[in-house]
Amino acid sequence: MGTHLPSTEFDGTAVDDQREADAEAVMGEPPAQMVQLLGPDGKLGFDPVFTDYASKLTPEVLRGLYADMAAIRRFDVEATALQRQGELALWVPLTGQEAAQIGSGRASQPQDYIFPTYREHGVALTRNVDLAELLRQFRGVSNGGWNPKDTNFHLYTLVLAAQTLHAVGYAMGIQRDQKLAASGAAGSGASAAGPDAAVIAYFGDGASSEGDVHESMVFASSYNAPVVFFCQNNHWAISVPTAVQTRVPLSNRAKGYGFPGIRVDGNDVIAVHAVTEWALEHARQGKGPVLIEAFTYRVGAHTTADDPTKYREAAEEEAWRAKDPLARLEKYLRSEGMADEAFFAKVKADGDELAAYIRRTTHDLETPDIRTAFANTYAEAHPLVAEELAWFEEYSAGFAGEEPAEEPARQAVSAQASPKAGH
Amino acid sequence: MTTMTIAKAINEGLRAALTDNPKSLLMGEDIGALGGVYRVTDGLIGEFGPDRVVDTPLAESGIIGTAIGLALRGYTPVCEIQFDGFVFPGFNQITTQLAKIHARSNGNLTVPVVVRIPYGGGIGSIEHHSESPEALFAHTAGLRIITPSNPHDAYWMIQQAVQCQDPVIVFEPKRRYWLKGEVDVAAPGPAEDPFKAHVLRAGTEATIVAYGPLVPVALAAANAAEEDGHSLEVIDLRSISPIDFDTVTASVQKTGRLIVAHEAPTFGGIGGEIAARISERAFHSLEAPVIRVGGFHMPYPVAKVEEDYLPDIDRILEALDRALSY
Repeated sequence: MGTHLPSTEFDGTAVDDQREADAEAVMGEPPAQMVQLLGPDGKLGFDPVFTDYASKLTPEVLRGLYADMAAIRRFDVEATALQRQGELALWVPLTGQEAAQIGSGRASQPQDYIFPTYREHGVALTRNVDLAELLRQFRGVSNGGWNPKDTNFHLYTLVLAAQTLHAVGYAMGIQRDQKLAASGAAGSGASAAGPDAAVIAYFGDGASSEGDVHESMVFASSYNAPVVFFCQNNHWAISVPTAVQTRVPLSNRAKGYGFPGIRVDGNDVIAVHAVTEWALEHARQGKGPVLIEAFTYRVGAHTTADDPTKYREAAEEEAWRAKDPLARLEKYLRSEGMADEAFFAKVKADGDELAAYIRRTTHDLETPDIRTAFANTYAEAHPLVAEELAWFEEYSAGFAGEEPAEEPARQAVSAQASPKAGH
Repeated sequence: MTTMTIAKAINEGLRAALTDNPKSLLMGEDIGALGGVYRVTDGLIGEFGPDRVVDTPLAESGIIGTAIGLALRGYTPVCEIQFDGFVFPGFNQITTQLAKIHARSNGNLTVPVVVRIPYGGGIGSIEHHSESPEALFAHTAGLRIITPSNPHDAYWMIQQAVQCQDPVIVFEPKRRYWLKGEVDVAAPGPAEDPFKAHVLRAGTEATIVAYGPLVPVALAAANAAEEDGHSLEVIDLRSISPIDFDTVTASVQKTGRLIVAHEAPTFGGIGGEIAARISERAFHSLEAPVIRVGGFHMPYPVAKVEEDYLPDIDRILEALDRALSY
């Protein structure tokens, strides 16, 4: 059993004063202030910059943010249950991080391109990815499952932080598209791509220790690339706390690269939306990258193979549940008369309907023929693949007419196929 | 026909690729004003500007990773890794990302990134500047690996790599950068398929397969053997992944003996793969075991003793003696 609470906690109950003082000494300035608009009490506060953005959110939009958060939480519960029933090899829960994901995803525009890690189910929802397709990877029928070109939502990446570099390169491509479009280069296709796009790269506090995050920020800064780094600091990299990843607030790191870093209350969907909208505008206007650190908490396990009771205190989880992103928005919507009982009943019914859809379609997710793997290893014809496929066909033909071998019990297969995923 | 060095041929090939495709670009450390540490990109930044010939931060993972992002946006980046031994910080991006994105996306995405790596020893350099890591990449499905051995191939193969929809690693034999030869810039001729091996010299008693820097060594060994009355066939493999086994098999079926020569350590190397495949494909044609000539199982040694490490004419002839003794 772990004995300490996260040292970068912000609300006083668990602040490690010495660490904060150390951080101040290292940085030569106080740690980053945290942007918060909607507090756990459901009351809206004021911020000199971001209140303007928040005030643009109509009651309809706010209700939509709540509905999205409720839907993705319901989806998360259903996917966890499906994993427990052996229908998924693994699940990566997001409960607690709904505001960080829905707020940022809803702040993006269709022309923006999103590079997720593997936990951004809420962002996927905001990008209109069919959530059933999202389960293909976790059911073991695909390593992707959706076409990123359809929604500008990239594949999940299990190798930590690798996608942060892809995001910067993609943003560098947007810059080049803008120049090609401006020069009217024939056949470039650049003008159709839309010049006013930006990129969001998602990663976690654990991934922030990976070298690729550093390199991606160096490249982004050097070329002033239109990319928003969105770090969901959920406090735990499986069992290792944020304190082992960093001595200073992660948002403070941006200063060292020469671009703005903002720490936002990641459980405050209004603040996350405002900050992300500001950052995307900043990037689209050619002002360069922004780092957003969404200060949040992974309430459940890292994955369904994880057991948080072995490394963290139940009290810590309870403290964070008190900051629940859905509960605080519900309080706000009710107190301002923007949503009534019928709305919340409808949201619940819609969630149950989504869960039923997910349960129904998961069983039907098509298992691919291994021939598709032969076909997709290379984009162009390849003699070794052709030779091995020909062998496979001949070998398979030798079994024609035989009864297929009995499938091993699913439970046994599932147990073997459920090691800890990546990090 | 015009005569130029391999370095100049690659330079001209890159110039042609940049001209042909407005969405192609070069990325790497010191490739701009300096023109690359081997001057392979000399003059290109003046012609195409800093957005097409990009001097990058000193970060190999960053170079490969951002190139992947550019490719996802529709660009064709050609990355230069300054030296073989420095590719490893980028190894993760190459093997876990670049090689696999097409498959992971079920064929929806392509990442036509080219990675140029000057490789191999024989230039008297220091640690990490003389390695031959091609087998480490060849083992990864999704990558294509080519290595030219002469200026004509160098000129065309780099352009073919840029046109290929798959990621291609081009291992450039750095000790041959100054090798001169004729280049037909009008047509590739027999070099039109970069993944096909070439029979450079016909023979009857044994086949020598080599690639990259060892091709001239193999040819010289064949000439020396001829003086001793032996007829050797020499094949320039050109492509390490895929390997053109058809050409090698046909040759072995004719000669009955096979020697594979490369600089990389013999153990776990490309030579072992060729030996195994040829044993499966042409067992009854073989008069002797396939013999490998390669580097030793040690880190690339210090320059003062690299002559003892590098396969040379005598090492190939010794292998020939063994093959002929069966």
